[in-house]
Amino acid sequence: MSAAHWQHFEHEADIGVRGTGETLATAFEQAALAMSAIITDLSAINPAEAVTINCEETDNELLLADWLNALVFEMSTRKMLFSRFEVSIHNGQLAATARGEAIDIKRHQPAVEIKGATYTELAVYQSQGLWIAQCVVDV
Amino acid sequence: MDINKLQRVSDYQWRIEPADGMHVPGLIFASEALILAMDDKVYQQVSNVARLPGIVNASYAMPDAHWGYGFPIGGVAAFDPQQGGVISAGGVGFDISCGVRTLHTGLSLQQVLSKQQQLADALFDHIPAGLGSTGLIHLNSKEMDNMLRGGARWAVEQGFGEPADLERIEEHGCMQGADPAQISDFAKKRQKDEMGTLGSGNHYLEVQKVVDIYDETTARQFGLALNDIQISIHCGSRGLGHQIGTEFLKSMVVAAKGHGITLPDRELACAPINSKLGQSYLGAMRGAINCALANREIVTHLTRQAVKRIFPDTRLDLLYDVSHNTCKLEQHEVNGESKELYVHRKGATRAFGPGHPSLPAALRAAGQPVLIGGTMGTASYILAGTEKSMQMAYGSACHGAGRNMSRRQATRLWRGRNVMQELADRGILIRSPSLRGVAEEAPGAYKDVNDVVRAADQAGLARLVAKLEPLICIKG
Repeated sequence: MSAAHWQHFEHEADIGVRGTGETLATAFEQAALAMSAIITDLSAINPAEAVTINCEETDNELLLADWLNALVFEMSTRKMLFSRFEVSIHNGQLAATARGEAIDIKRHQPAVEIKGATYTELAVYQSQGLWIAQCVVDV
Repeated sequence: MDINKLQRVSDYQWRIEPADGMHVPGLIFASEALILAMDDKVYQQVSNVARLPGIVNASYAMPDAHWGYGFPIGGVAAFDPQQGGVISAGGVGFDISCGVRTLHTGLSLQQVLSKQQQLADALFDHIPAGLGSTGLIHLNSKEMDNMLRGGARWAVEQGFGEPADLERIEEHGCMQGADPAQISDFAKKRQKDEMGTLGSGNHYLEVQKVVDIYDETTARQFGLALNDIQISIHCGSRGLGHQIGTEFLKSMVVAAKGHGITLPDRELACAPINSKLGQSYLGAMRGAINCALANREIVTHLTRQAVKRIFPDTRLDLLYDVSHNTCKLEQHEVNGESKELYVHRKGATRAFGPGHPSLPAALRAAGQPVLIGGTMGTASYILAGTEKSMQMAYGSACHGAGRNMSRRQATRLWRGRNVMQELADRGILIRSPSLRGVAEEAPGAYKDVNDVVRAADQAGLARLVAKLEPLICIKG
């Protein structure tokens, strides 16, 4: 069984996202899933359309914020939601494909709009052989 | 919060002694009960703000202070550019100039109750709300720049709003010094279809009735009487403000070292006011303030159209429009000397006292209206700025209730449909595109706004004028 999973953690006004995986890239994929799950149930999003995302940043923590903020930008300007992510990271270069579909307000019942990924509780580290990537997102 | 770490100045004022690099003390305005309920992170964040260069007098927290990003939400701090003072993207926040405006309707309670469903449907139908909604206005790049420079004034010139509204908006509806060239194409792209949209989360439009008057004279000056029907709108600078916040937060973190600034918390990212980056942010942030002012003006225009569909002879006059997340250049007296300071208000309302030159003639004697939003099921309040507040915290007051539990906890406790039914039983109609959104915003997920405004009044930050309760709530 894969160790990859995501979770939300508490913040008084907003919500934290945490991705865990065997690689840095998997942890980033899982953090992105956690962020989509703030908006709606992941199972309701059909991963039909692919969007390519690239970011560059040598600091892993700033890279996580950049990655999530790039997704926020794509969701906002394309009016899409994403439920599947394939990420690769090499020497601070992140290349990813996010798959999803156009927002359908009736079907997705989007709970909130995400304003941005913040640097609060921002951390990317290894623990017991697993990568953890987390931050609080402002909604 | 551990009350033993604070020094009690009075029943409503608590002091954090400067320690470990704090340039000034922290001052929290709250009742003992509110202090005890506050997160320890507020203590940490108030102290951290006091460590930033060029801070003047104190790092303040309002009665609704809670754990924010770098700055506490409900934080106020002023910086002196002559003393190496800074401007902080985190100190303004992501939703730049998010704020509240309140309109008079002139409708009677009986009129509204007789057509409550129709009015709720008309408002929900007319005002784009929630994630994925787009406005009716689509801006090309020239119009975008005009909007960013002109704010609500631009909206009125375009026919979205009325000229009389402008004097009842901070900065008379147009923040000077906005520089669209400092705003990225990404931010502009995020905004081009979003003008005149409410947004989501805690943003709303409410039809409210005045249920209590605490100060007859000021209420009369504000045009408020018992059972009057008001409409309040809470929204901000939408995608543009969020994107500017995101981008400058990173630029300021990366540049901090070069500016010789050690950040106690990355989210406190800031730059000297007199630096290229500081000035660039200032120009961009002022553009975002104008975006928020234009947005609330357009939403007001749509509200007027919707109300006229049900009540054709209605005129909606603006009482006032306040912004919560801003940094503004203001004149304040410091140790008997008048100074120009950059005042950050993060989740705090400007609350200028009587006689302030920036207030319109009709409101000058009373002081600035301070509009405090509640939740779907609870009250909102209107207060007035005081002379004392000008001395206490640069003329600032609280901004709302603040959450007392996370969104996730709220969805475990409530279902959207039940929340809507319970509120309907109490005479409050909810319209929202998202049932889960309604559950996350359930009234029980928020602190008691009554305690917060009472503390603001008792502390002298602002004085209570009127209490309003919702009849209709359009939730984004």
